[in-house]
Amino acid sequence: MTDGRPFIDLDWIVRNLDDIWQRTADHVVLTVLAVGIGFAISMALALAIRRWRVLQAPVLAISGTLYSIPSLALFSLLIPFTGIQSLLTAETALVSYTILILVRNLIAGLDGVPPEVIEAAEAMGYGDWQRLWRIELPIALPVIIAGVRIATVTTVGLVTVTALIGLNSLGSLIVNVGLARFFFTATLVGSLGAVALAVAADVGLTALQRVLTPWARSRALGT
Amino acid sequence: MEFLADVAAWFIDPANWSGSDGVPVRLGEHLVLSALPLAAAAALALPIGLSIGHTRRLAGLALNASNVGRAIPTLAILVMAWLLLSRPLVELGLRREAAEITTAIAMAALALPPMVTNTFVGISQVDRELVEAARGMGMTGAQVLFRVEVPVALPVILAGMRTAAVQVVATATLGAVVGTGGLGRYLIDGIAQRRYEEMFAGAVLVALLAMAAELLFGWLQRRTLSPGLRAHRPRGLDDAEQVRSPA
Amino acid sequence: MTSSAAVVRLEHVSKRYGPQGGALAVSDLSLEIPAGEIVVLVGPSGCGKTTTMKMINRLIEPTSGRITIDGEDVMSLPAVELRRRIGYVIQQVGLFPHLTVAENVAVVPRLLRWPPGQVKDRVEELLDLVRLEPATYRDRYPAALSGGERQRVGVARALAADPPLMLMDEPFGAVDPILRDRLQNEFLRLQAQVRKTVVFVTHDVDEAIKMADRIAILQRGGILAQYDTPDTILANPASEFVARFVGADRGLKRLSLACVRDLPLSQPITARPGEPRAALRDRLESAAADYALLLDEQDRPLGWIGRRDLGGEGAVAADDATPGSPTVQPETTLRDALSVMLSSSVQLGVVVDERERVLGLISVDAISATLGGASVEP
Repeated sequence: MTDGRPFIDLDWIVRNLDDIWQRTADHVVLTVLAVGIGFAISMALALAIRRWRVLQAPVLAISGTLYSIPSLALFSLLIPFTGIQSLLTAETALVSYTILILVRNLIAGLDGVPPEVIEAAEAMGYGDWQRLWRIELPIALPVIIAGVRIATVTTVGLVTVTALIGLNSLGSLIVNVGLARFFFTATLVGSLGAVALAVAADVGLTALQRVLTPWARSRALGT
Repeated sequence: MEFLADVAAWFIDPANWSGSDGVPVRLGEHLVLSALPLAAAAALALPIGLSIGHTRRLAGLALNASNVGRAIPTLAILVMAWLLLSRPLVELGLRREAAEITTAIAMAALALPPMVTNTFVGISQVDRELVEAARGMGMTGAQVLFRVEVPVALPVILAGMRTAAVQVVATATLGAVVGTGGLGRYLIDGIAQRRYEEMFAGAVLVALLAMAAELLFGWLQRRTLSPGLRAHRPRGLDDAEQVRSPA
Repeated sequence: MTSSAAVVRLEHVSKRYGPQGGALAVSDLSLEIPAGEIVVLVGPSGCGKTTTMKMINRLIEPTSGRITIDGEDVMSLPAVELRRRIGYVIQQVGLFPHLTVAENVAVVPRLLRWPPGQVKDRVEELLDLVRLEPATYRDRYPAALSGGERQRVGVARALAADPPLMLMDEPFGAVDPILRDRLQNEFLRLQAQVRKTVVFVTHDVDEAIKMADRIAILQRGGILAQYDTPDTILANPASEFVARFVGADRGLKRLSLACVRDLPLSQPITARPGEPRAALRDRLESAAADYALLLDEQDRPLGWIGRRDLGGEGAVAADDATPGSPTVQPETTLRDALSVMLSSSVQLGVVVDERERVLGLISVDAISATLGGASVEP
């Protein structure tokens, strides 16, 4: 199967732990950058949409269209302008993908704040930004974090494709080491690593949400 | 924008429209490579999804499996399928088709989760009262399923197929990494050999194909949404689709 | 607790939605709301009562006219500052789900930058005032509260910064009638203590009659039909509209003016679990009574026991009594009391205080007697 080597070469893994670790770190950086920048842009878009609803349809249509373009194709469309083997290329595409998910969740979360809560906040003397920061965003947090979870898991998968445009990540382990040398162990390690990252992010964010929203766990007594 | 002029030149060049590396051939390969696994997955996913949705058993298991499946990167499944299955396939004398076959298998595997999930969610979201009324009128289980539940659930089911279709087009593109034909060849070869107009042209074609698939299934979805049900659609953003991973 | 109350004046206030020449939601309304009084705005839907109330705290801006609070024009300060000095209670309450009860109540004091120690004390004081045990309720989240508890927290929250003015929009509309009666009674008791100026909006004429010191009846288009005390309005409606709105059963409505405490209460034969059945039988016989009211150790009613059911030996037990008899409070209007008793088909209503301890009985007959034209002094 693998040219005389054992099916899973544990030795190789141990010897290359540093390299594997480095690729994992790179993978994490690419992911966090994309989700972080995507979140900031999405927040700005969501706030703009809530202020001028007419923007909602076009923004969602555009990001929806971008979302359906396969990642390799989107990278390729950017390369002539932002460079091959370029962080800018990768991040531009990755951020675009997160935007659709995050904008939708931000809008849904903020729209989900009960109108009487908003009326009460206004009547009690909260200014607009105060109300957003202290009332609306905290209440919308569960939905927002759910969106961040999905965006993160999705991005972890997409980062693997950046290996095809020359960037370092667990994806390069899968393709440049594993596939190129027909070396299953490397591919397996890269794949499991990516899955582990995705699961860890998902679990971590879920835990974060529980910590940040103790009120969401309350149950009505007897009603 | 000299570059875009080069791309335009590539599109105009008749050489790129003939022969085994020409657009028609590559497009054809891409479509065949996409359609077969999609059909196979649908043939498998629909019955499974329908029975889970109808009987409501194993729903939790299916949902969890689908969630786990979503965390596995497309490229990982593609490459692993190749590494595991190509040797045996070559031994069976299928050397030329090995890349296509392993890729097709990976694609079918990736298309299953969204289709199964959407199918069973769509069916289980059908108002229980409708089902009871149908039974009360004397319909058998199968009749209830096909005459009541499926038509009502059809938009959600088609949303799942739409997700799967776009996924499949994307994976077929990546298949070029392990040696398949299809439009992905332009991208992979273009990058490897620095023929960036070819890469870009290929990317345009892939993007158009993906959007076409999206629009086609979107149109089907809207067409099958009975006018009576249209009033029920919640205002706003999603149209009853599972969030999909781009690939 | 300091009590400060403001005088609110509306001078020729109008509100128009849409372009010039369009319909008016509120039409040239002039009204003076005296300090420390509850003024109820009431009228059919579309009469502009909620719009009027919301113009006072500028949730809606008037098209023309002037509104002053203690002589100060509401437009002369930033809306946000204005609202921090006005208490606001709405039907769905609008408690912030992500804050505890204490944090909810503390919102306005914190916005006004009160020192933390003062905030904490004030929260406790208010929770006590609305009879929610601070230690139990302080750290609860709204999702864990019942409807009545949420309403109470809403009222506490509105009172937190000791505002001179309260605006209340159908605050008790979303709960069942018995709970509504209780909440109304509690609020009236509260008002007797704090004496705030309250502008109260409702569509329920009976609630208006019960709660108001003065009622402003509005017609469609925000036109003032009559502004008077409840008694005057019932006795002398100013127009056809007012007479029709108040209802043909004006006599019956006057029952809303009087409360249970305005009538003398009779006293039941009472018993407690553990009393020997024979002894209770004897007591009922010598008093020529057919029923005794069973009480628990805190004097709360457990139900009625009939003499006929007291056969045999042994002691009276708690489940010998038939529970579920409706109770009313001293502040319950005669009309509500009558309604409660008639719908349960009983002749006698049990009167309890705010801790549900039995005070006495009131009879349907006694209430009906007041209908006979003899006016009852509230």
